[in-house]
Amino acid sequence: MALLDILSRFFSKDSTSSKDIARERLRFVLVHDRASVSPEFINSLKEDLIKVIKEYMDIDEEGLIVELENEENSIALVANIPVTGFRRAANG
Amino acid sequence: MKSRVLVITSGKGGVGKTTTTANLGTALAMMGKKVVLIDTDIGLRNLDVVMGLENRIVFDIVDALNGHCKLKQALIKDKRFDGLYLLPAAQTKEKTAITPHQMKNLTGQLRDDFDFIIVDCPAGIEQGFRNAIAGADDAVVVATPEVSSVRDADRIIGLLEASGLENCRLIVNRLRSKMVKRGDMMDIGDIIDILSIELLGVVPEDESIVVSTNRGEPAVLEKSSTAGGAYRRIARRIMGEEVPMYSGDEPENIVDKFKKILKLAK
Ligand SMILES: Nc1ncnc2c1ncn2[C@@H]1O[C@H](COP(=O)(O)OP(=O)(O)OP(=O)(O)O)[C@@H](O)[C@H]1O
Ligand SMILES: [Mg+2]
Repeated sequence: MALLDILSRFFSKDSTSSKDIARERLRFVLVHDRASVSPEFINSLKEDLIKVIKEYMDIDEEGLIVELENEENSIALVANIPVTGFRRAANG
Repeated sequence: MKSRVLVITSGKGGVGKTTTTANLGTALAMMGKKVVLIDTDIGLRNLDVVMGLENRIVFDIVDALNGHCKLKQALIKDKRFDGLYLLPAAQTKEKTAITPHQMKNLTGQLRDDFDFIIVDCPAGIEQGFRNAIAGADDAVVVATPEVSSVRDADRIIGLLEASGLENCRLIVNRLRSKMVKRGDMMDIGDIIDILSIELLGVVPEDESIVVSTNRGEPAVLEKSSTAGGAYRRIARRIMGEEVPMYSGDEPENIVDKFKKILKLAK
């Protein structure tokens, strides 16, 4: 690294290198691209979730909501799954 | 040897598809292979000038597909290598002048006579893209180390996989090792990590690409060209050889440096 680069990085207020910014922005934008490019993605995730959860409890499949939500610097998978009852066997 | 149809694609424009097609084709011909390059960028013909063959064009791909001439008549023989041919794009027609079905037939026909059929894809994801990938066995995705280019590459890889082309490899073009070193350009690890795709090669940013394009002589012909050397190594990888990757920080050896100085002095 050239001396000038080191100095300018030292004195500039943002110390994150632009490549790290590029990488994080890319990750973020790709999660979205990949999810929105295929609407089947969320649907098949939904189906798989239902399959697994049904082994443990009764749920309202119609009322189930699964979404990707944007936050400032991250993406969250948010699921809202109304439970209608528990299986006795699951507690045993 | 079984023939291979390779499509060179990127999504984003101007990242080096045509440069890559010309150099890989020439490098494979230098290795004694029979190669045909197909320019599918209808309306924006370029591969002919990069190859220095623009004066020899009589017929083009649309003429051949519509029966205005025989396929053999539209193939232009390279000036330098006996086994190297170009099928030029049409300059005045629409992208929709050819169909994926026709392209599949065309590459199928060429398989009889060539070891490698390399298809230069236009930018975008519309019909030109669908035409270019129609008959391909393998895809080479070209991207530069920039957010927009890598993003488009991701989209293209998704589309290639969806159309059954699972054999995709990546060339990172225009890497600037100085910028990578000071943390201002994504490195190869970052890009491969994000795209999770096999790396076929890395080509540095290199003025010799501009010079060779000016001359119509692909950079692989120039021994001292760094980018040319990178493309020659990629060609060997395509042939199945194991060749070490250009890491982006190869120190220039003294001999090369000296040669460059002498050249400047001339
Ligand atoms: N490694 C490199 N170093 C320097 N310049 C390069 C390099 N690779 C490509 N270029 C230059 O970038 C420009 C675009 O390259 P090229 O035409 O191959 O891109 P393309 O992807 O085929 O573009 P299009 O999408 O318009 O078909 C050209 O001027 C070329 O000389
Ligand atoms: Mg091009």
